[in-house]
Order: sequence, then structure tokens, then C-alpha cells
Amino acid sequence: MGNFLGSMPGAVAQGLIWGIMAVGVYITFRILDIADLTVDGSVCTGAAVCAVLVINGVNVWVAMLAALAAGIVAGCVTWFFHVVLGIPAILAGILTQLMLWSANLKIMGGANVAVSARQFEGIVFTQMDVGGSLIWLAVTAAVIIGALYLFFGTEIGCAIRATGCNGVMSRAQGINTNVMKLLGLALSNGIVALAGAVLCQYQGFSDINMGKGAIVTGLASVIIGEAVVRKIGKNFALKLAGVFAGSVIYWIVYQTVVFLKLDTDLLKMLSALLVALFLGVPYLKKQLGMKSSRGGAANGK
Amino acid sequence: MENKVMLQLTGIVKKFNAGTVNEKVALNGLDLTLHEGDFVTVIGGNGAGKSTMLNAISGAWRVDGGTVVLDGQDITSLPEYKRSIFLGRVFQDPMMGTAADMQIEENLALASRRGKRKTLASGIRKAERAGYREMLSELGLGLEDRLSVKVGTLSGGQRQALTLLMAAMREPKLLLLDEHTAALDPKTAAKVLEITDRIINERKLTALMITHNMKDAIAHGNRLIMMHEGRIIIDVCGEEKQKLTVEDLLGMFSKAAGGEFSNDRAILS
Repeated sequence: MGNFLGSMPGAVAQGLIWGIMAVGVYITFRILDIADLTVDGSVCTGAAVCAVLVINGVNVWVAMLAALAAGIVAGCVTWFFHVVLGIPAILAGILTQLMLWSANLKIMGGANVAVSARQFEGIVFTQMDVGGSLIWLAVTAAVIIGALYLFFGTEIGCAIRATGCNGVMSRAQGINTNVMKLLGLALSNGIVALAGAVLCQYQGFSDINMGKGAIVTGLASVIIGEAVVRKIGKNFALKLAGVFAGSVIYWIVYQTVVFLKLDTDLLKMLSALLVALFLGVPYLKKQLGMKSSRGGAANGK
Repeated sequence: MENKVMLQLTGIVKKFNAGTVNEKVALNGLDLTLHEGDFVTVIGGNGAGKSTMLNAISGAWRVDGGTVVLDGQDITSLPEYKRSIFLGRVFQDPMMGTAADMQIEENLALASRRGKRKTLASGIRKAERAGYREMLSELGLGLEDRLSVKVGTLSGGQRQALTLLMAAMREPKLLLLDEHTAALDPKTAAKVLEITDRIINERKLTALMITHNMKDAIAHGNRLIMMHEGRIIIDVCGEEKQKLTVEDLLGMFSKAAGGEFSNDRAILS
């Protein structure tokens, strides 16, 4: 049992790192109402940029800013495909994701790059010092929650939220919805890449496969988080904190599965099923509800 | 004395599915001039081009021909979000005019910033709330105490009234009402129409209101137009309009539109 409890700080750290990524997913999925698959690529892009810069002697914080910028560029590419070329959002994200696969290999010059905290000074997050990393991660999470809370309360933030909620209304209220989608996608992927940069430091390497299924993990965290904080309140900062909580819970479950020596190969299957279940239930409820109430009340065109 | 011209539509053409077997000419050389302060009701059968006319003005898509001039400015090629600076719009679907996941006050704050550059300033300032509360209390729907409630929880009538407020907030040059009471029950529809009248009269707005209800079309506004096959076939105003009856209108329609009277009669009345 001691082994299990001993693994918990690590699980919480993983949860907080992937929580940063899940907040990026929250921005596109819940605020912009776009399922953006770019993230499967931009996690690794952030990690690759950060790792390569660090091993070339660049300051870790600067490397993380560069990773953020790389993610923003990835978001802009998806926006271009989706808004300028009119490609459906899902496909636009997949196209960028595929482009990033090549880009990430080129950035790293191979399938992976090691950035051990033993070799490179200044690495902030590392599993060799889980306690210290946890403190930094808590600070990072708090800063991200605070910054996004303030941002989505500004005029631009409100315009992004309105765009995701109702495009017709937004344009009728003079909002350039195309620009708001750009800001949302760029911000989201920037944050996701930042998560990748933190992750590569923590695990000591960047790897071409590290973003695989990130969208599903992120959605699972968002969904678990929503279930956790629903009863507590509706404050936006609380919802973001819930995303982190959801991610931490996800990784604690993961550790438990590992501890019980269950087959971790099945975890992605379970994650996907969980997401499908939680996304499907509201729809099914609506379908069943419609049958029981009078059907003709819908005010169509 | 004539007021100044507020809207001038000249030769507006809009085709849907151009070049296919489903091609439909929705607007067929439409001309319309509105003067400042005109409150025009628009009637016509299904597919007459009423909503298409409003969309041509608001810029949902580019027209295939003709020009849209609003208060002396040619806005024909201006994108939708830029035209919105001058236009107030209320839609048939009560879901359409507001952001359901945002609070009442946030919706109002968005509307109060219509056409202004969006910055990193706060999306809503404390001082604004008193004004919003007063505006809402004038509606008489009890919304003034529910500023922080999500709009999605409001009834259709409440949402339409709120959308009207938002549309009128920045003194639009033109208010476009696209059957905004059609989805409401009769009692709520009457209430929303009453609010519509009040807002238009108090702020002396220029307005185009589409309606399926001929009685409403006669009872409201100072001018009535009837559309058919993408053009205006009847245009009455002033005293002549006040004296109109539904029977008169039906008679005029059958004369102007020829043989299709019986088909559209049910839709119009």
C-alpha cells in the first residue's frame, strides 16, 4: 500500500500538467464550441520546441514562451483551414495535426529528444523532485486560472464566448466572429503547447507520440471536472479549477490501474468510452424527453 | 415635408442555387426606399422574399445585383458584422438573438458595445448595471432583478423582448424585425408587439417588420408593403393604410398577383 500512496504525488503532478492541456481543450470545446484535434500534435510541438531550445542552452522560461508561441502558430494554421478555406473544424484540426507530425520530427531531428534535469540547469518541473514540481505546478495552474478568468471577462473575452455560443447573434452585435475564432484557437493551442513544454521537462524527454489521444484525455478531464464542480457553483474560475481537478482524478485512476496491475493498454479504450458516454447521455436524455413531451412545440423556421 | 432617405434598395437580385435545376430567384430587381422614421410592415406569402430582403440588408451573404444604401452610405459590399453597427435585428427564432450561455447583463453589455473596438477593458463595468436594470424594468417582465441569470433560462417572449432592447440600444439607423413574434403564443406575441411599438416610437426608429399576421400589419406602423415573387407589389401608407381591412388587402393581393391568390390566401390570413 505504501507503494500506492507513494505514487500519488506523481499522479497529482501528471494530472496538473495534463490539466494545463485540458484547459486548452476546454477553451475550444466548451467556449468556442469547436472540437479541435490540433492538440494531439501541438502537445508534442510545445515539448519539441522546449526540449531542443533547452539542450541548445536557452533559458527554460524562454524556451517555454517559445513553445507557447509555436502552439499559437499551430492554432492559426487550423483557423486558416477552417475559417479561410471553409474546411470543417474537425478535419481542419486533423490536417494540422498531421502537418505537425512532420514538423515535430523536423524540430527534434528524430523521434525523441532527452532533456534530463541532471544535465541541464534551470529545469523547473522534474519528476526527480516531485514535491518542488508540485509547488511550481500549483502556481502555474493558479496563474493560468487567474489569467483566463480575467481574460474571459474582458470585452474581447466576452466576444469570444458570444462567438462560441451564437455566431448569428455575435455578428448581429457587430462582432467579427472570424477574428474571435482565431484568438480562441491560437490561445487554446498555445496553452496546450505550454503543457507539452512542462511535460517534456517533467518526464525528461520529448517524444513524437506524447500527444497521441490528448484530445480524448483532455475531454475526459473536462467532463470529470464538470461533474465534480457542478454542485459547488457556476463561477468560471471554479470551472477551470474543475478541469484541473478532473485531470488529477484521471491520473489517480490511471495510477490505481497501474497499481492493481490491470492492463494499462486498455486505458485509452476506457477514456474514449467514458467520453462517449458522457457526451452521449445528454443527447439521449433529450431524445427521450422529446418523446414524452408534446413534439409539435418546436418553433422551427 | 419628407424626411431624409434612410434606406435605398435599388434593383436587388438574389438567386439561390444559381445554375442548378433548383435555381430560385428570391429577389427579382427589388426597389425600396425608406424615409427616416418610417415603420413599415411587410407581408407576403411563403417564398415571397421577405426574409431574403432583410438578409440582403443585414449582409448574411452578398447580393447578386443591385445596391444597398443606408443613410447615404453604400453598404452593399460591407461584411455582416460591420453593417451591424447601424442595424438592430430581431429574429423569428427566440434562440437566435441572444447568447444563451451568457448572463442577461453580459448580453446587454455586448449590445451596448456594438460597433466599438473590442479591448481588454472589462466586458461589463459596475456603473452599467443601473442603466440595464432601468431598461429591463421598463419591459415589465420582472427581468430587472435577474441581471446575472443565464439568458438560456428565459422564456421565448422574454428573450425576444431582451433582443429588442439589445437591437435598439445603440440607436440603430434601421431596425429589422423578421417575424419576431411568430414563434410566441398569442398573448406573449401581443406583449412583445406592444414593446416593439413603444421602443420604435420612443426612439423614433426607422423599422422594417415582417409579419404573417395581416391584422398586425395593418395595426402597426405608418406604411405597409406586400411582397410577391421577390418584388414589392403593394405599397400603401398614411391614411390609406389606416383605413385598410384584411379583406381589402386580400383583394389587392389577388388583383396584383393574379391567379395564385387561392394558394397563398391561407398563408396570408
